[in-house]
Amino acid sequence: MAIEHSDHGEYKLSWKKYALSFVITLAIFGTAIYISNYFNDRRIEEMRSIQDSIATNIMSSETEVSLLSSIPCEEAGSSMLSSELNPLAEKIEYSEKNIGAGNSDVISLKKAYALLEIKDYLLMRDIAKRCGNKFGFALYFYGDAKSCPDCDKASYVLSYLRGKYPDLRVYSFDYNLDLGAVKTLESMLKIKNALPAIVLDREVLNGFQSKEALEKTLLAHYPKLAIVASTTAPTK
Amino acid sequence: MDKIVEITSFVAIFVGLYFEVFLLISLLEKKPALALNAAHNSSPKLPSVSVIVPCFNEETTVSKTITSLLALDYPVDCLNIIVVNDGSTDGTRATLTAFENNPRIQIFHKENGGKYTALNFGIEKATSEFVGCLDSDSFVDKAALRIIMAKFRDPKVMAVTPSMIIADPKGIVRKMQRAEYSYGNFLRKIYSRIEAVHITPGPFSFFRKEVFRKIGLYKHAHNTEDMEMAMRMQKHRMQIVSADGAFVYTVGPGTVKKLYKQRVRWVSGFISNLIDYRDMLFKKKYGDLGLIILPFSIIGILLSFAFVLMSLYQMTATIMNAVVKFSAVGFVAPSLRFDVFFTNTSTLSILSLTMIAMIIALVFYEDHKAGKSRKFSFDALYFVFLYSFISPFWLITSIYNNLASKTAPWR
Repeated sequence: MAIEHSDHGEYKLSWKKYALSFVITLAIFGTAIYISNYFNDRRIEEMRSIQDSIATNIMSSETEVSLLSSIPCEEAGSSMLSSELNPLAEKIEYSEKNIGAGNSDVISLKKAYALLEIKDYLLMRDIAKRCGNKFGFALYFYGDAKSCPDCDKASYVLSYLRGKYPDLRVYSFDYNLDLGAVKTLESMLKIKNALPAIVLDREVLNGFQSKEALEKTLLAHYPKLAIVASTTAPTK
Repeated sequence: MDKIVEITSFVAIFVGLYFEVFLLISLLEKKPALALNAAHNSSPKLPSVSVIVPCFNEETTVSKTITSLLALDYPVDCLNIIVVNDGSTDGTRATLTAFENNPRIQIFHKENGGKYTALNFGIEKATSEFVGCLDSDSFVDKAALRIIMAKFRDPKVMAVTPSMIIADPKGIVRKMQRAEYSYGNFLRKIYSRIEAVHITPGPFSFFRKEVFRKIGLYKHAHNTEDMEMAMRMQKHRMQIVSADGAFVYTVGPGTVKKLYKQRVRWVSGFISNLIDYRDMLFKKKYGDLGLIILPFSIIGILLSFAFVLMSLYQMTATIMNAVVKFSAVGFVAPSLRFDVFFTNTSTLSILSLTMIAMIIALVFYEDHKAGKSRKFSFDALYFVFLYSFISPFWLITSIYNNLASKTAPWR
């Protein structure tokens, strides 16, 4: 039914058309939400499968440790372990921003990721000690923008250092993540709620560290860290 | 703040989509009373028509305008052309002497008084039952008048508007106007069907002369007399329809600065006229025009305003972020690796894309209907993307003008 002139020279209105437009617009919104959710589910699935493969890798290493009571040094430091950890971290961070930090799937992924990080850290630290490898380890505790306004800057500095020193392994933990293992790690390392906090070889650095300061401390703890070949200018 | 931005964006997109869906339903719902061009060539007796050409400093284009009128496919004895020189200070007068001896053309020179005075002058001189006007920067297609006059065979039709096309669109500024005009033609076609045409454009709109007898002549109307006249007609429940296929070519502004000036005049006038005719808003009496079209145009202006604020906010956030990054680590080249994972598939971006796709499709549809090239052209993309960035500027200036009661010059 359309709008037409009535005999009185006024318009008859078609409320039906207004309602139909509303319903169709709602349907378009619904479809968009559905599509968006579909892609988000796919993302979660993808992250789960990456996580599974990392978990399998770590479990395999742990099993080797149990079997041989140590991993042969020649295997360590190769790509056997968790080169996928960092890309996964980026994906989880993206999901926190775009799917929602409160999303239960994202939170559970974050928890599983934190566990994998701890396991990877323990294993790698062990290997580095025994085999005299040149790895460096940084544990990074961050908070959200409100509780830690400097965390963005700290993250940039750490990604910069990680880019410069490929053998530097950065493990990031959400300070407020409600997970026993992370809480234990925090109390073990005596991390206070003064974020960002970066732990280098048990030394806890609270508050924002400039690129130069952090690099200096890092090299003091891990003097054998090598700079990435050719792409970055050598440091003084 | 992020939440406010998100909610505003959702509301804006909901409103925009609702409007487009409403237009599409209207397009599908009701066929026009007369099929496109049906009456072309088959009209038994054509009425006599006067075309007024108001001109003010148009020495470069007025000859072409008059020549295009003389070339119209319309009986010679039924068409009379009234050129009103509104006190031009350039060579317009001299240019017009070339047409002085043509019996179909009457030329008048008057003191400058503004476009509406030139139009009114012409209307008073006109003796025909039908009066139209043609801005002196526009040219008509040969068949346009016949197509327009066919619409008047319905005695209820009081005014007819043409399909406007940007003449010779070269350069990005004109190309995006070309797409914009196509979209505008689409809108006018729909408005015509739902009886909501609220602008009778200066280039080649036609009226029954009794319209002026009944509701009066053109008014100053904030330099947008073509909108005021249409609003006044709507208020008096006089029907205005659009004539698809009655093409009139107009020279759009060629630079952003000129376009900006033109749009400030249009939008300022539009807002002022809306304020003058505010009693038509939200009135059932005025049908879709009162309940949907006019309110949505206001909401559209407000949302564009919100869009500017949000863009500024987002831009500031991006810059701040870059500053933080720079202060932390200096300049680091961004990594170029691509991962589908990071493609933005948020509800908001899917909805925005849907809307953009709809607008581009409509421009396409309209071009296709108008017999334009079927090849893909970037004009619609220029229109959608560049307009979103430049139109807020003239919207803001116009809103400011209205608040400060400033009047934009019409030239």
